[in-house]
Amino acid sequence: MAVLTMRDALNQAMKEEMARDPSVFILGEEVGAYQGAYKVTQGLLAQFGEWRVRDTPIAEEVIAGVAVGAAFIGLRPIAEMMTFNFSLLALDMIINHAAKYRYMSGGQVRCPMVMRGPSGAAAQVAAQHSQAFESIYAHVPGLVVAMPATPKDAKGMLKSAIRDDNPVIFLENEVLYNLKGEVPEAEYHIPLGLAEVKRPGRDVTIVAWSRSCITALAAATKLAEEGIEAEVVDPRTLRPLDEDVIFDSVRRTNRCVVAEEGWRMAGFGAEISDRVQRACFDELDAPVVRVTAEDVPMPYAKTLEKAYLPQPEKIVDAVRQVMYR
Amino acid sequence: MAITKVVLAKLSPTMDEGTIVKWTKNEGDPVKQGDVLAEIETDKANMEMEALGSGVLRKILVPAGGKAPVGSLIGVIADANEDISKALAAASTPARPAAPPAAAPQPAAPPQAAPAPQPAAPAPPPAAPPPQVAAAPPSPPPSASAPPQPAPAQAAPPRPAPGPAPAPGPRPVPAAPVAAEGGRVKASPLARSMAAQRNIPLGEVAGSGPGGRIIKRDIEAWAGAPASGRAPAQAPAPPPGPAITPGEEIPVSNMRRAIAKRLAESMFTAPHFYVTVEIDMDAAVALREQLQRGEDVKVTYNDLVLKACAKALTRFPMVNASWMGDKIATHGEVHVGVAVTIPDGLITPVVRNADRKSVLDISREVKDLAGRARERKLRPEEFMGSTFTVSNLGMYGVTEFTAIINPPESAILAVGSVQEVPVAIDGNLRAGHRMRVTLSADHRVVDGAMAAQFLGEVRRLLENPVSLFV
Repeated sequence: MAVLTMRDALNQAMKEEMARDPSVFILGEEVGAYQGAYKVTQGLLAQFGEWRVRDTPIAEEVIAGVAVGAAFIGLRPIAEMMTFNFSLLALDMIINHAAKYRYMSGGQVRCPMVMRGPSGAAAQVAAQHSQAFESIYAHVPGLVVAMPATPKDAKGMLKSAIRDDNPVIFLENEVLYNLKGEVPEAEYHIPLGLAEVKRPGRDVTIVAWSRSCITALAAATKLAEEGIEAEVVDPRTLRPLDEDVIFDSVRRTNRCVVAEEGWRMAGFGAEISDRVQRACFDELDAPVVRVTAEDVPMPYAKTLEKAYLPQPEKIVDAVRQVMYR
Repeated sequence: MAITKVVLAKLSPTMDEGTIVKWTKNEGDPVKQGDVLAEIETDKANMEMEALGSGVLRKILVPAGGKAPVGSLIGVIADANEDISKALAAASTPARPAAPPAAAPQPAAPPQAAPAPQPAAPAPPPAAPPPQVAAAPPSPPPSASAPPQPAPAQAAPPRPAPGPAPAPGPRPVPAAPVAAEGGRVKASPLARSMAAQRNIPLGEVAGSGPGGRIIKRDIEAWAGAPASGRAPAQAPAPPPGPAITPGEEIPVSNMRRAIAKRLAESMFTAPHFYVTVEIDMDAAVALREQLQRGEDVKVTYNDLVLKACAKALTRFPMVNASWMGDKIATHGEVHVGVAVTIPDGLITPVVRNADRKSVLDISREVKDLAGRARERKLRPEEFMGSTFTVSNLGMYGVTEFTAIINPPESAILAVGSVQEVPVAIDGNLRAGHRMRVTLSADHRVVDGAMAAQFLGEVRRLLENPVSLFV
């Protein structure tokens, strides 16, 4: 296996799919000549030409609208959002068009598009550029919401997303672009809608995705030092959610902590918490505890940024709480 | 530091009120969380009540000898200089003084249950009701320390916990008494299901979670600890029962009420049927004499019956089971209860895992349990959680009788006396020892053939008593 950064893994996925299928193309701000704001599309313009790697104006609704229209007529666009903070401008295209047409046309029109880009906090980019929006997208029927936490998942899931006939919101994380991990060299796919146990453990289940999953793994390492074996479950896809893997785990551990980078109020962790308490009620030894961002706009100050985000220590505390330690 | 309200805890699942036998701390004494504060007489036994917070015991609201409903405020712990007037105001009148002066006017406000520190439990638990019905049989009476019962027991049921307590003063009295609010045992769903599966009375497990919530480790600790290994409560010796004058009306003690409720419930919900067998006890009689003469070991017939039942139960798990409405819970362990007569009632101490204990161990344990039962010194775990019960009236010369199933078990064995009777063997009459036992079984769980086979196994074991020792 090769060791790749998540950035390179994503790049490989697009490169392989574009080589395989001429209907796949990329559009977005700075994706071509500048090689991508975060260099995820590096080299693709040179390889596939400007017809298939298209720089656009700074106009997210247009990017999304072009992608939706192209998808309706049978292309497979990959629309890059420079960050998902800007996707708010494109919400009407995404929610009212991409997510609806297959349903409203009785299945005659499909929208096989991928909208991808970083979501969540980076480093001191403050309130407007640090937001984690998975809960908003996971709320919408008709969308698929994928959030890989490792390079291997990133590549395998992006390839599946490009081949998916539904609009896929593919949320990456800027902080994870340099995360290195083993990636199979042979062709592989990771189906959307499959969770994975990232670390087995008997004492408590921590459900976390994307960057929070990496935070949870760090917490699990700390917990192991005090003799607590935490199982870390990564749903990988939030919609559709592979709840069975979560339930199986909670039924073994009797305890559940959900960690997410988004805000607490109506956050996706509440959805997991709700499903767990109904499916595993008799197996729970403690209420499900959530670790989330603080319920404020992201502060700019470095210390406050740290305080705002889920940290390994916060997850450790939550685990102690459900363990009654 | 915060004020800790000392609220009369529900110390047994059927407890509605308690009598403060004594306070082990005086007003002004420093108190640490976990310290024993008072000894409380419940409908089953005398129990120690621990402090849930630290500070100074600032106020005792119900003096020794007084009764109070579960959930009512009986004292206040706080820092020495903390203002506790609010906490006291919420309490209004102490629940029921032991012996109110005869001329005392009725207090303006009725006995008032203070808001418990727990969140007011608004509704019964949604799904599975707490398996409180899995409680043990009726048990020792409370009559002890307050010989002249001041009032009928149901005089002052606790009122629903009020919201923010208004200033003391006249307030509307609810038209009808409302059921005790302290009735809900706080437990994690897992602890509840574990307790239901293992037939552990949840109300008797001490919760170590927040607010006394019973959690998995508490159930495991409860199930794992040998009953005999726990320190017995220091209960005072029972006073002689009050003499009864014919014609007088006797107030119903907590224990009688528990007996009435549970056995009526059993008789009227579990369809009982009865199967009797006669057992040849010649070999058992000989063995017992041999043990007594040769080894100076005294074993009762009842000990042998217990062991025989325990062994047989391992082969008939459906007899060691409980009807749960939509399922039958078979119990993984064999805990045999032994009905013991005590003044004013009866109690069934439990020999845990009797199938794994030797006859001699069972004998010793029953002797110890029965002795302490009569002194009312059993701890709840010693009289709760049985999965099958043996009731023996043989010592009164009873040849056979039927017993009422001890819920939530599915069978009880009623044991008659061992009698020397003429028996016919191959046409010859000779003297032999016979004992009759009658199984009452819950037909929802056990069918006639199974009851007969179970009794057949009990008989086989008792007729070959050596098998009880291997």
